[in-house]
This record gives sequence, C-alpha cells and structure tokens, in this order.
Amino acid sequence: MRTRFEVNGKAVEVEVAPRISLADCLRDTLRLTGTHLGCEHGVCGACTVIVNGEAVRSCLILAVEADGDTIVTVEGLSNDDALTPLQASFRKHHALQCGFCTPGMITTTHALLTEEPYADADRIREVLSGNICRCTGYIPIVEAVLDARAHYADEDTSP
Amino acid sequence: MKPKNLLIGSPMERVEDLRLLRGRGQFVSDINFEYQLHAVIYRSAIAHGHIKKINTGDALAIPGVHAVITARDLGPRMPMIPLRLQPLPELEPFCQPMLAHDKVRFVGEPLAVIVADTPQIAEDALNHVDCDIAPLPAVVDRERSEVGTTILFEDHGSNLAIRWSATRGDAEAAFKTADYTRRETFRVQRHAALFMEPRGFVAQWDAASEMLTVWGAAKVAFANRRILAAAMSLPEQQIDMIEVDVGGGFGSRGEFYPEDFLIPFAARHLNRPIKWIEDRREHLTTANHARELECDVEIAATSDGRILGLRGRCWSDNGAYIRTNGSVAPRNVAQFMSGPYDIENIHITTDQTVTNKTPAGTYRGPGRFEGDFVRERLIDIMANDLGIDRVDVRRRNLVAEAQMPYALPTITPHESVTELDSGDNVELFNRCLENFGWEEKSRLNGRLIDGRYHGIAIGCFIEGGGAGPSEDARIVLETDGLISVHVGSSAVGQGIETIMAQITGDVLEVPFDRIRVRHGSTGDVTEGYGSYHSRSTVMGGSAIVLAAEKLKTLIREVAAQALGCTAREVILDSEHARGPSGHSVALSEFCSEPIEAAATYHNTKFTYAYGSLAAHVAVDSKTGDVEVIDVVSIKDVGRIINPLTLQGQAVGAIVQGLGGAILEHLVYDDEGQLLTGTLADYMMPSAESFPNIRSTVIELKPSPNNPLGSKGGGEGEIIPVGGVIANAVAAALTDFDIEPLDLPLSPPRLWALIRAANKRY
Repeated sequence: MRTRFEVNGKAVEVEVAPRISLADCLRDTLRLTGTHLGCEHGVCGACTVIVNGEAVRSCLILAVEADGDTIVTVEGLSNDDALTPLQASFRKHHALQCGFCTPGMITTTHALLTEEPYADADRIREVLSGNICRCTGYIPIVEAVLDARAHYADEDTSP
Repeated sequence: MKPKNLLIGSPMERVEDLRLLRGRGQFVSDINFEYQLHAVIYRSAIAHGHIKKINTGDALAIPGVHAVITARDLGPRMPMIPLRLQPLPELEPFCQPMLAHDKVRFVGEPLAVIVADTPQIAEDALNHVDCDIAPLPAVVDRERSEVGTTILFEDHGSNLAIRWSATRGDAEAAFKTADYTRRETFRVQRHAALFMEPRGFVAQWDAASEMLTVWGAAKVAFANRRILAAAMSLPEQQIDMIEVDVGGGFGSRGEFYPEDFLIPFAARHLNRPIKWIEDRREHLTTANHARELECDVEIAATSDGRILGLRGRCWSDNGAYIRTNGSVAPRNVAQFMSGPYDIENIHITTDQTVTNKTPAGTYRGPGRFEGDFVRERLIDIMANDLGIDRVDVRRRNLVAEAQMPYALPTITPHESVTELDSGDNVELFNRCLENFGWEEKSRLNGRLIDGRYHGIAIGCFIEGGGAGPSEDARIVLETDGLISVHVGSSAVGQGIETIMAQITGDVLEVPFDRIRVRHGSTGDVTEGYGSYHSRSTVMGGSAIVLAAEKLKTLIREVAAQALGCTAREVILDSEHARGPSGHSVALSEFCSEPIEAAATYHNTKFTYAYGSLAAHVAVDSKTGDVEVIDVVSIKDVGRIINPLTLQGQAVGAIVQGLGGAILEHLVYDDEGQLLTGTLADYMMPSAESFPNIRSTVIELKPSPNNPLGSKGGGEGEIIPVGGVIANAVAAALTDFDIEPLDLPLSPPRLWALIRAANKRY
C-alpha cells in the first residue's frame, strides 16, 4: 500500500505491505536504523519514536496507520556537528552503556521534556517505566534527564 | 609506569556515546547486504520426545522459500556445541547438537532452519513445517531429575552430569565438636541475563576465495571462530568474525549457540548472505538461563559466633544441555560459598543435573550470587540464634588483611585452587556501615511504620576477575600521527574503547583524541580471549601497557635517527619527539610507514575485588510487597581506570541483582513449557523499581598480579544482593519469625509466608 508521511522533516512516500510495522518500515525500507527493536511486543520501549508530538512504540503500529503523520526518530533529534543538550547530558551522566535502549530513551524523554520541561524525578521515572534498560540501573538516566530540563525550559519561555 | 596525561583515573566521557546517542551505532540487525536472504529457526514446541519425522515439503513449496535445512542436511556427523571453558570428558555426553536429530530436550530447541526472501515469508513458512515428535515425560525439577525414571541422555544412564566438591580443613570433625550448628534448605530461582539487543548474525560466504565472514560476534570471537571452523570443516584463517556494536552481554551473549553455526552454514549452503535476528520469545526460550539452584547447607560456629565450618549439598539445575560455559556456575557455588570469610572447614558439593528446560550458562557473578545468598542468610540466622550482633559476627569472621594471600577451598574432581590476592575486608565493611548510616537506621529495624515493616542488612562479597591465559594487543603509530590500538578484548557495552584509550594515552603520553581503539574482531590481533570473568581491563589493559611500552621504544629509535641523537635521549612529549638539542619532530611527520608493536600479557592468577553492600527495605505485610528504600555499596578494585564507567557497572549490577532478588523468574509448568515467554510476564526492573542506590568504588589495595594494579570490577555488586535483601526482609519481619529461604522475594511468595506465620500465632 502506498503510504505517505513525514519523517524527520522530510516527506516520504513508501510502498509497504499492510502487515509491516512502522518500526520495520523505518528500519528496513527507510534505513533509519537508529530505531531499535528489543521485544516487538510493546514492552521494552527501544523502538519509541515521536508521532505527531507523542512518544509511540513503532513496533505496535502498522506503517500504513502512520499515513499523514509527522514522525521524528532519534536521527531527527541529532545533529552532525555536536550532541544536543539532551544527548550531551546523557553522555555526561554515563546514562548509557551498551546503547541499545538509548534511542528509545532519547525520543521518550525528548517528548516528555518538550511537553513538561519541569518534570520532576518521579514524573521522569513514571514516564520512563515503559523503557527497559538492562545496563545502567536507570539512576544516571534520570539524572541526565533532570539535568537537561533547563534547555527545554529555556525554549519554553523563549518568544 | 608514570602517567603524565593522567587519563587513568579520570572520568572521561565515552567515545562510544557519540554514535550511540545519535542512532548511529551499528548493531548486527542494522547490517544488510544486497541479495541477502532471511533465516528463521523452527523450534520444538515439546519439552522432551523422540523425533519421528519432519515434513518440510509444504514449507518449501511456499514462493520465496529457498531452503528448509534439517539435521539430515548437516551431513553424517552432527556437529555439537563444545565446551569452551574447562572442557571435561564428564560433560561431553551432555553437549547440544546444532540441530536436534533424534530427541528434543527442551521447548525452543532448534529442529530446522527456514531461509526465505523476507523474514515475513520465512515466518509464515514456520506454520507449514510439520514435525512428528513422540512425547516423553518432561523432567522439570530436581526430584524427577534425581529419581531418574526418565533419562534425558539414555546412553549416559543418569541425569547427573558431574559432582563438584569444595574442600578445606576437616568439616566432619568441626561439626562434631561445634557449639552451634544450623541447617537449612535454600532455593534460587531460574532467571537470566536478558540483554536488550536480541542475538543475531549476518553471514556471507565468498565462494571464490572460500572465505566466510560473520557479523554479530561478541564476547569471545576467537574461541567461537575455532568452534565454527571445526563445525564447518574450514581453516580458522578462512573465517572472519566481526564484532559490531553489541547490546549487552552479562555472560550470556556471545557464547556459541546453535545459530552461531546454522546461519553461516546456511550462507555457504545457499551461497547467499543470510541474516537472522532473534525475537524476544526465542531469546527467552533459547539463550542461556541461569542461577537455578537448591542447597541444603549447614553452618557450624562457636557460641561466640566464630564460624567453624560450612558443609552441605547443592543441586544446580542445568537445563537440557551443557553448553560452552560447562560447569562454571555449579563449580563457583561450591568454591566461593565462603566468600570473603575465613572459614577453616568446608565441604560443599554441587551436583550439576540436567532437566527438560532451556540450557543454563553464566550470568554476571555466576554461582557467586547464589552462594552468597546461602551464606549471608546462614550468617544472619546464626547471629540471631546466638544473640550476637550481625555486624560483630561479620567483622569477627572476615579474612584479615594479614591473611592475604588467602587460599580458598580446593575444588575436585578436576582440581583447582585460587587465592584472594589482596584487600582489607574489614576496612570496607566499616566504611559501608558508615556510608549507610547503620547505627541510625538500626533503630528502624523490625519496626512497623505507616503499615510497613522496616528492616536492614549488610553483607560482604568477593569478585573474581582477570581470567587468563592471556590477551593480545597491537598498537600502531600511523603515518598521520594517530594511534591505532587493536586488542583481543570485546565490547559488550562496558565502554572499552574509552578505557583502553585512556590506558594507551597514559603509557604513550599522547592525547586521548589521537587514539582509536579497535577490538573484538578476529582480524585485529593474532589471538583474543575476549570479555568475561571481569577480565578486559586487567588482561586487555595490561597487554596494552606492554605493547605501548614496546612501541615507545620503537618510536624513540626512529626519532633518534631523525633527530641525530641516541634513542635514550629522545623525549616523547605529547605529539612530538624531542632531542637533547631542543629540536623536535611531530609524530605525524617523521615516519613514512606505520610503526607497530604487539605484545601478549599472560596471567595465571585471578584478581579479587571485594566489598560490602547494605540495604534498607520496607515490607507491606498485607501484600508482601518489598520496597527497597536504600542500598549502599562499596568496593575496592585496586586501581580505577575510569570512575564514571566503573560506577555505572556498580549501579547497573546492583539493579540487576535486585531484579534477581525480588522480580525475575523464569517459570515452567509440569510439561516443561515456559510460562514467562514475554517481557510482560518476565518482570525486569523498571525506572520506577529501585530509585535509591548509592555506590562507591575505591582504590585501596592494588592487585599485586598485573602491571596496572587493577582488579576486574564488572560484576561484583550483583553478588551480595540476594542475600542482603533476604536478610533485610527477614529483619523487617522479625515479629513474624519468618526466614525467607527461597528467591525471588516476590509479593505472592512473601505474602504466603506472612499468611502462614499469621496462622501460627
């Protein structure tokens, strides 16, 4: 089925079988391999992308369902020259080890801080409870997100 | 070694992060080739049975299916997964075939490989393979395994693979005369490493050069190349194993599994690149499980709490086959049950038994997590019985610094001995008490506050590291002045690109950003032993020290010619070589060819990091829920390369340990079906589970056994967690007189214990 959506600011049109998940479409058809598949049943959160501003598990929706949507993946939250403030905060706090869950952590927390730049540690933990990390024990991730809030708050108040 | 850069010991941000944070990491599932085909594995749905017939015709008839490979296609002699560590003849009858051919012995065992144009077609074809299996009774617990009415390996005649004994002193005599003895039965549940990136391979066969390339290597690429070469009847030199980014290991990933052979075999068979990526259910039923153990252990002591002896029997439920890890966990249970305590008389046996469940292997702190649970529980029970303070009793029994090196019990039948290399157990124990605030928190012990009972506990541990026999490193000064480091260690997420660059930079005295580290692939160095037993920093790092010292000498010799002086007069200063006259040449200018030095670091002695961990819990007696209010740990690793990454290992290990203590459980039914086959059923720690962990890693007593003075430190803090949490829960529930003897301390289990206790009163 012909499906059109926007990914990371670019309009794309793909021919995709109805059974293909958005995650598989992003990874295999569009070669955006930053989105990772850890369980394919919606528990681990590694495949989280931002669809129309909301953090969504791309393994749980079909690519054809995304027709007309605006999608942002970890690649769309990254720059060539330097890390973004959120990414730099993850690095500073050693909030990743193997890095496999990390794209889902970045998309989930970016969506959170964009909506709620003053989220406290409890709120961050609540939102991240759907993203499994086996390496870090989560503590440095929460610290990294808390530390990155200021950058989102600045944007929030800028004219 | 006098580091000028001071990279070692500084919390360098990781070089790996720059790609991983931007979605630019390259994991095995990100690798694709034109013309590649996709494989899926057809697996047994039955735990135990004789294979009568496999009908693959219907699957083959599906358009897009290229092959359905069964045991018959593998040739007259079925290749088996050999033992990698300690290949003992006793264990050989229990090795796993690459594909089941006469019997199936666990749900998930591979029976066939389907190769198709797309993963979707291959998965559809799974439903069209028809396998006729005559079921046998499933052996799913120790009782049935021991009784032996049903035998997994008929030729062997029993379900017992091997019995290990750990012996020190004379346990029988000690128990005869001891003032106090107490015997209990403990159980640790089956759980697993559960790394987040599913396993996978892409294999490519080049028919012209007869070269096989395999992407997806991890942990022990060189060992696996040897195994694969033998199974495929290829010389090792015709196989290249390539390690890309690896999404976690914890002991399980990177061991040789059937797919490590089946995918390369299929690539050669069809002469096409073939890709296979495991799904999560496959992972839960086929990647190594771990930890399942039952112990009947007794402690003996004087009336004032001096421990005189430990004795007893343990049964390690190995699942259906003994894979590459052999007997590591069962042997460790026996060898390390005394941990950091000075116990004169020990006799512990572990029976490694087979059952119709997923094979077990090593998981971070293998055998040590289990043994520590038993020992630390027994110590608290003893202290309670004797009316002695739990802190005093530990302090009294810890191995003193003056006793180092301290020999641990001797293991038989294949004798092995090891000794604690250095350390001050009492000092770390005291610091842990202080950091935790033991005295103040003691007031909460056993108290009911707002509907929950509070309890605290502390335990001590040792962590073995630095396994030999050797590691290779090769360092190259490239013509552009950059330094390339090649090392046999593997990356499993622990950040070795960063720490190896720190070590190189300090020895060579060159800036960090001029160093590139390559690792894990079989083309990098001659031999590599990889990453397990907390060995990368100690072994790979020491090999780098040796190679870098050699390279420095070579650079001085070349620079001497350019500067017109003797090699001894050359001073290496960051990016330049300077002569006595003040002249200097830039490293990027003076060589027209790369300068290279290689070295091998050999080691026969383990390192022993050690420390203490304390926890404060609150138990809801109405629900059995345990909240972990605070965890404090301290560990000495001799010398720290990167405090940031080391701290990450500590906290991550504690949270994994808490998962094993409270949440995680691979549950089987009577027919050998896994009931926890999704991540919705298998409970792992989430961001909300354990928010309060305070861990400290220090450098107090360097290891005398390697040039860095470092001790392996990637596992330690997981080891004491089960015992400490169980002791804290027992302390909280003092009013109920409950002794938790089984892990995990899940709400239903604790609730049942509390309910039973309520009925007693």
